[in-house]
Parts: sequence; structure tokens; C-alpha cells
Amino acid sequence: MAIAKREPANTGYDLGPQEMTGSQMIWESLLREGVQIVFGHPGGAILPAYDALAEYEGDGRIHHVLVRHEQCAAHMADGFARATGEVGVCIVTSGPGATNLVTGLATAQMDSVPVVAITGQVPTSLLGTDAFQESDVVGVTQPVCKHNYLVTDIAELPLIMKEAFYIAREGRPGVVLVDVCKDVQIESGTFRYDFDISLPGFEPWPVVSSDEVQAAADLLNEAERPLILAGHGIHLSNTSEELLQLVEKAGIPVVTTLLGTGNIPETHPLSLGMGGMHGEAFANRAVQACDVLVAMGMRFDDRITGRLDRFAADAKIIHFELDRAEVGKNIVPDVAVVGDLAETLPAYLPLIKERRHQDWVDTLNEWRSETDEADIIQYEVEELIPPYVIRQLWHATEQTDKRVIVVTDVGQHQMWESQYYIHEHAGMLLTSGGLGTMGYALPAALGAQMSDREALVWCVAGDGGFQMTLQELATIQQERLPVKIAIINNGFLGMVRQWQQIFYDKRYVGTPILSPDYVKLADAYDIPAAVVRHPSEVVPVLERAHSTDGPFLVDFQVKEEVNVYPMVAPGAAVDELIRRPKPGYVQGYSGVQPSW
Amino acid sequence: MQYTLVAWMRDKPGVLNRVSGMLRRRNFNIDSLQVSHSETPGISRMTFVVDGDERVADQVVKQLRKVVDVTAVEDITNRLAILRELALIRVRTTPETRGEIMQFAEIYRAQIVDVNTENLVVQAVGTEDKVDSLIELLRPFGIEEMVRTGRVALCRGDERAKKKRHSTSIFKAAASLNGSGHDDQ
Ligand SMILES: Cc1ncc(C[n+]2csc(CCOP(=O)(O)OP(=O)(O)O)c2C)c(N)n1
Ligand SMILES: [Mg+2]
Repeated sequence: MAIAKREPANTGYDLGPQEMTGSQMIWESLLREGVQIVFGHPGGAILPAYDALAEYEGDGRIHHVLVRHEQCAAHMADGFARATGEVGVCIVTSGPGATNLVTGLATAQMDSVPVVAITGQVPTSLLGTDAFQESDVVGVTQPVCKHNYLVTDIAELPLIMKEAFYIAREGRPGVVLVDVCKDVQIESGTFRYDFDISLPGFEPWPVVSSDEVQAAADLLNEAERPLILAGHGIHLSNTSEELLQLVEKAGIPVVTTLLGTGNIPETHPLSLGMGGMHGEAFANRAVQACDVLVAMGMRFDDRITGRLDRFAADAKIIHFELDRAEVGKNIVPDVAVVGDLAETLPAYLPLIKERRHQDWVDTLNEWRSETDEADIIQYEVEELIPPYVIRQLWHATEQTDKRVIVVTDVGQHQMWESQYYIHEHAGMLLTSGGLGTMGYALPAALGAQMSDREALVWCVAGDGGFQMTLQELATIQQERLPVKIAIINNGFLGMVRQWQQIFYDKRYVGTPILSPDYVKLADAYDIPAAVVRHPSEVVPVLERAHSTDGPFLVDFQVKEEVNVYPMVAPGAAVDELIRRPKPGYVQGYSGVQPSW
Repeated sequence: MQYTLVAWMRDKPGVLNRVSGMLRRRNFNIDSLQVSHSETPGISRMTFVVDGDERVADQVVKQLRKVVDVTAVEDITNRLAILRELALIRVRTTPETRGEIMQFAEIYRAQIVDVNTENLVVQAVGTEDKVDSLIELLRPFGIEEMVRTGRVALCRGDERAKKKRHSTSIFKAAASLNGSGHDDQ
């Protein structure tokens, strides 16, 4: 499941040279990379490749998922990649097809997700002439890609395809785009795939220094109040197990980043859940109070650190990180351990002393109980509030034997999911962390479900974000996917409304948002659906969703002006929290009506 | 402070754009950037002058290394190196000033590479300081046009042996905290 160093699947194809068209080379390369599913949308400049696809689709070697918007092809490839640890692939035409991809590519790249995008380009003879549907795709996507290529010579195509997968997959994963001129797709040439890749400037797996590991161990062994801050890298390197061993051996509490959600089971007594802007107060206080902070596979994003110069100010910082450029970028650590966590963590573990840190853990538990007392879920019981919906969703999915994947969109519901859903392992939650892309959830859920039709995939989206990519309901039906959809419908672009409430005097400009009748909408796509307005309806509707074969959509019409607490104001230190107000004057109602 | 960085990269279309795009989007302050062939066919050499502190320089080095087509990067700021810039300066002349201008040029071991009755072109080679001060001397005469290459740099003989791929600073973590310098290995 995790994205570890993996060899391309041994597909058993003859690797000897063969004559074929550039279009065929694209598909032959994908087969050799073990790709069986691609997400795409055709158009003029990629037509030769689509024509050649007929043969591969015909005998079932490659399945093409036709999307309704190219942005979603990238999100689906991303969801597929996050769910499998393999490279997700999308394919689109030149010009508008390619520019539509950009948001999806940027989303994947920001979260270190391996995606290869193939785009058609105008013929080489027309390059640079502002030809019909020409756009400088390599130029446009360069800042959001790990690497990209323009292919103008068929002789280079096979090696470029192989390099593209290699670069996307190896080291810190990322996005590689291959822009293939139409004439190159049509021409014939010699295909082989037995190249040794030689990229002297690409150092995906830095050599681990045992001195660094030792220095990190010495520092941690001296700690009285140690804390681990675990990010996406734990999942990418598939080291949850090792992390748990470390945590239990040395008695170290763990805070995660959003993408590190579930790195250790959130039911574990040493799990403090997510930190940062909407992290629980005790998690953020732990960060500020610890004396040694061990950051693992994370990059000190501003959403986790808050005000940098006040972040963990009294702590010595150890940074385990694969990407050397992340070391010292935002935070200068006292000790850096550069390398693959799959190597550094096992080397670290035996050097760490067995400890309990009981006083420290007791303090944290005390802080935790204070938070629990003020929890909104304890007292807002009459009205339908999002935290309740999410908690019930967790209870409902806990019952199943299936693999559960929750895909969230961006906004308040995303934060509530992270707070109220209990994640048992890494990789359970797929969400757009770095770019924060509204519209991500539905297509990414679809991509994840494509990788595993047996999984129970829940798309949890806001009424705003859902409306950005809802056209993919058609794709869900076309592929007969059993994706379950929860719309947390609060009548607002809720997270932005929350900022307007707190920082802009409740001037709700551009945030009340009208929704269609989602049940009717789903019906138009022949997807069963229900609307829920009261807490008592939540459990039954979830049961109905789970007992329905195929997709199901629930429109949860929740109380409008509920805020996500606690909250660290942008630019504030992470312990300067805006706490949950006490019952009574809770989520003051402004009188502004949502437009629905 | 100014840092001198040298990077080697595959000589492919768009590589300069990849590098300059990265520097721009990461908001690095680059005082000068110069590209040319290197001793190896297919490999170009870029010299950068970076303005910033040690942490910035360290980031520039690391981010450059992440550009796939960049094959090696070195920070030669603290190395013994020959730093040069070439400038061509067209100076307005009159029969009265020409002699004085040529004298200044000679003091700076600059050459006169083009002359006519209205102006002449001085070619100066040296450190940027030296070129700067010559320009200041010539300015009162009237500089009509000027071009400067930006810094190029080559390490001195015995320093060359130290060059190896991906050498230099793995950012020594607390370096900038305790104020110690770059670790050049
Ligand atoms: C594509 C995009 N546009 C704008 C934003 C800014 N933004 C962040 S959260 C948010 C509101 C989301 O509203 P909704 O989907 O209804 O979710 P809610 O916060 O109400 O749960 C907006 C507009 C964004 N993250 N992504
Ligand atoms: Mg909303």
C-alpha cells in the first residue's frame, strides 16, 4: 500500500526491439510499468494514441476511464496512486485539455503523489506558431512538476517514458508530464525498453549517514519530554510499524500532520492526533512544551507550525527527511537525518533507550481531558452538526470488514473529518493537504475506488467543493463504482465564512452558496440518494448507504454557522489558540441566511 | 553576503528556463547568472551570484540539485577561486578626452577594441569590483552603451581535486544557529 522503492512490475513482456508507432510505444511503455488503468479525455492532438488504445482496450490489457473534465483525470490518477502506492496515469489532449490538468497536477505534486501525465501536443512543424490548441504545456506545468518532457523525436520516446515513471516513483514521489507531438505519435520507430536509466543529476535515495542517526539517538535518549511529529513520509515509506515500535519502546507521544493522519492508530494512548491550525489544543501545547521534537517525513508546512519563530521554541529538533532540500527550508533542525525512513528508522530503533516518560504523558492526558470536556459533540445534540455526522460515519465504517478509504474535500468538513473520524492506519484518509484543492474529493474517491472495487470508499465533501467537480457523478455511473458520497451541506463556503466571522466582522461576502436538490441531481444520474436534517436520521441513512450495492449519496443538511475549533489564527503561534467557546454562547447565529 | 555557486547541467532545450524558473518561483535573489559550455560536451556550466545569508545559499544549492537536468552544484564561496567578469563599455570621446580615457584603460589593463571619432569601446576583464571602479572612472566622459557578462568562476589548481559530485554542504543542521560557516568537505 505504501509508496516504497519498488521495481516496475515484471510484466513478462518481450523486451527485444520492435517496430511500431509512437502511439503504440506509449501503451507498450505503460504495460511495462504495470499500468492497467488510465484516466483521460481525448482530443485532436492525442487522437493517434487513442486510436492505438483500441487494441489494448480490446483485449483488456488497459482500461481507460473517460472523465468529464481533465482536472479530474489528474485527481483520479492521484487518488489511484494514493490508494495503491503505484504511479497514477492520466492522458489528455493539447491546449485546453492540458491546461485543465494543471490544478490536478499541482495538487499531486504538493502532496508527493506519483503521477505520470501524458499530453498530446501539436505536430513539431507547428510548434511555436500559436497553432490551434497549442499551449506551452511544458512551460505551464514546469513549476508544478517534478520533471517534464516535450517529445519531438520518436527515437527518444521510449527512454523518456521509462525515465518519466522512474522519476515519478523514485525518491520523494511526484508528478512527471510527457508532452508528445502528434507527428511523433503517428511516426514509426524502434521500440525497446531495456534501457539502464542514467540520470546523474537525480539522487532519489541519499546515502544514510550513521553519524546522523547516532546523533539523533543521543539527543532523543536525553529527552524528558519528547514528541514525534509524523508526516506523510511515514506512509510513503511504509514505516508505520517501525514508528509504532519506536513510540512504544521509548514512550513518545505522537502528533501527526494532516497527511500523516493514522500514522499510528488514533486509538493508541500515545496518539495526540493532528496538530497545527485546527489541531487539538493538547496536541499543539505538546509541540510547544516538548524538549525534543522528532519530525519524521514532514516539511514544516505553515499549517502545522503556525508562527515559525515561536514554534517548539524550547525544543531541540531532529528532522528525519528524504528530501534534503526540506532540511533547513523552514526550520533549521539541531540534527538532520537525511534518507529513506525505511532505512533510517530501523537503524534508529536499536539505538533508542526504553523509556516511559510518565510525567510527561500524564500531563498530556490531563490537557486532553480538558479538551474533551468542552467538546461540541458533548452538548450540541438537538441539531445536526457536522462533527456528529463524521463521528457516526466512523462508527458505521468501523463495522465493516472491508478496507475503508475516506476521501475529503477542502474546508470545514475536512477538518472535522480529521478531528472526529478515528483513523486506524496510515493511508485511510486521502485529502489535498498542500494545495488544499476544492473539488478534489469526488474524483479522487473515484480514482481510489478504481484501484479496489471491494473497498468501502467514502467521499466527504462540502456543498462548495462538491459543486466544483460533481460532473464526475457520470463517470461513477459509467464505471459502475460503489462510491459513497456524504455532502456536508452547510449552505456556505464554510471555512471562508468562518474566517469572515472571526477576522472580517461577519461580513459574509461571496460565501452563502446555493445548492441544487442533491437527491434530484443524484436521481438524474440514477444514483440513489437521501437527505438528512436531524441527528436521529444519521445512523439509519448510513446503514442504508452501506447496504445499497453501488453508489449512494447523502445530503447532510447541517446547522449552518458552526465553526471548526480550536483554531490558530494565521501568523499566530500554535499555542495561541482560539478555543471552542463554552456552551451557551456557542456558534452565534448571525441572521445571514444561506441562499438555499 | 554574496555567494558564488557553480552548477553543471545537461545541455538540453529549456534547461536554462527550468533553472531560472525555479529561482524565480522560490523567490531567491540572484545578482547574476551566467551560462556557457563546460569542458564536457553536452554539459553546460552556470555561475550564480546569490545574495542572502548562509541558509539562503544552502537552499539555492539544494533546490538546484533537485532540478533533474542539473548534474552537480558547488558552493565555491569559501574556496580559492578565480572570479572574473568581462565588460564592453562604449565611451563618448572628444579629441581632448580620448588620451585620458585610454590612460585609465591602461591602468586597469583594459583594452581598446573599437575606435572612431565619436567614441571608443573599452574591454575590461577582472573582478566585478575592478570593473565597477573602471566604469565609475569612465562615467563622467559619457557611457553610451555597456554590456557585462556577470561573474564567471574557476577554482584554483589544488582546489580542483576537491570537486566531486554532490559534494559540499549537507546542511549541517545547527550551522546557522551557532554561526559556523559552510561545510565544504
Ligand atoms: C479550488 C479552490 N478554491 C477556493 C478555495 C478556498 N477555500 C478553502 S475552503 C473553502 C470553502 C469550502 O466550502 P465547502 O466546500 O462548502 O466546505 P465547508 O468549508 O463548508 O465544509 C474555500 C472557498 C480552495 N481551497 N480551493
Ligand atoms: Mg459548505
